[in-house]
Amino acid sequence: MTEIKFTIDGKACTARPGQTIVEAAKANGVYIPVLCRYEGLKPAGSCRICTVRVGGRPVAACTQPVAEGMVVENATPELEDMRRAVVEMLFVEGNHLCPSCEKSGNCELQALAYRFRMLAPRFPFQWPLRATDGSLPKIIMEHNRCIQCLRCVRSIRTEDGKGIFAAQERAGRMRIGVDPELAARLDDETARKAMDICPVGAILRKEVGFAVPIGRRKFDRAPIGSEIESK
Amino acid sequence: MSKPVIATASLAGCFGCHMSFLDIDERILKLIELVEFHKSPINDIKTFQKPCDIGLIEGGCCNSENVEVLRSFRKNCKILVSVGECAIMGGLPAMRNAIPIKDCLEEAYLRSPTTEGNTIIPNDEELPIILDKVYPCHEIVKIDAFLPGCPPSADLIWEALTALIEGRPLNLTYDLIKFD
Repeated sequence: MTEIKFTIDGKACTARPGQTIVEAAKANGVYIPVLCRYEGLKPAGSCRICTVRVGGRPVAACTQPVAEGMVVENATPELEDMRRAVVEMLFVEGNHLCPSCEKSGNCELQALAYRFRMLAPRFPFQWPLRATDGSLPKIIMEHNRCIQCLRCVRSIRTEDGKGIFAAQERAGRMRIGVDPELAARLDDETARKAMDICPVGAILRKEVGFAVPIGRRKFDRAPIGSEIESK
Repeated sequence: MSKPVIATASLAGCFGCHMSFLDIDERILKLIELVEFHKSPINDIKTFQKPCDIGLIEGGCCNSENVEVLRSFRKNCKILVSVGECAIMGGLPAMRNAIPIKDCLEEAYLRSPTTEGNTIIPNDEELPIILDKVYPCHEIVKIDAFLPGCPPSADLIWEALTALIEGRPLNLTYDLIKFD
């Protein structure tokens, strides 16, 4: 099999044909931040956290395949600030009250904010009015925290392949809808998967929570991505 | 050289950040050597008598009195620091922000399960006017530094204070930045 040679911030890297920049970077011990991407799911390229520059042009590293001789810019001050701005926009666009959120410490949005040293967003808070749906038996839909990454839409299905979550409306009115009949039959395992796949605290399991104490949660001690960089 | 002067205030907060401040434990003895405390709930000085070097603000702004206090801090402090999630992003008081203020007041004073008989929404000139939303401090005045956390850890407060006193940049290690 041919090996593709390329560079990330000057570091010589190799990739297999068909690998995306994010996948190849990971294999070479380079972390490119992602948010809407989830291992094993077809990438959507919607959040733009993974934006890198290739030949001076911004591209989504989660969808762009690596090509021979590619020169990728990743951890430049400009791109880091752009990524931080995206995280800040997501924080002000919804209602993200970390102190009262069950996902705190395991939240990927929060973890990216920690990694980028976000102390206060540069944008004004929007405080949108969004309802919380507690009507389903196994899960709570906390739309205030939804960042519309569509990870749930792309992954959570019934045994016969029906989608339980779907995007409704568009643009600023867009929200994740749930099929009430299919969601009523959700088993515990699928509910757990839905909560785990949600990068934020928008999908929560009912009747369980706060099981892991502060200090032992996913991102309490080491930044998101450090597991890739330490390889 | 005279000591740096510190002032603190709790606006729409729970005093948890001040409690975390006291959680620096025996380092408070060293702090008293390093700084002079001016207007603060810690010593109960109510008004500014002189300019201060560092102002620490806990809580966001939920009413007109919070805004007045915050503006007086901005006027009297060289460096103004937002301490904790409420000061930085409104925090738990901001949970009302998506609900119209009229609904909030009616829910609290007219329709709550514990109101009986003819109740009214309090409206006395002695009372501060409640704002339409809870605002983070940096949306009201310029803020120079932010210490996240609910509450910020004593170690973060100590690191920030000593850095400001010594005039060095803050060393914000990963474990010090937390939003909960």
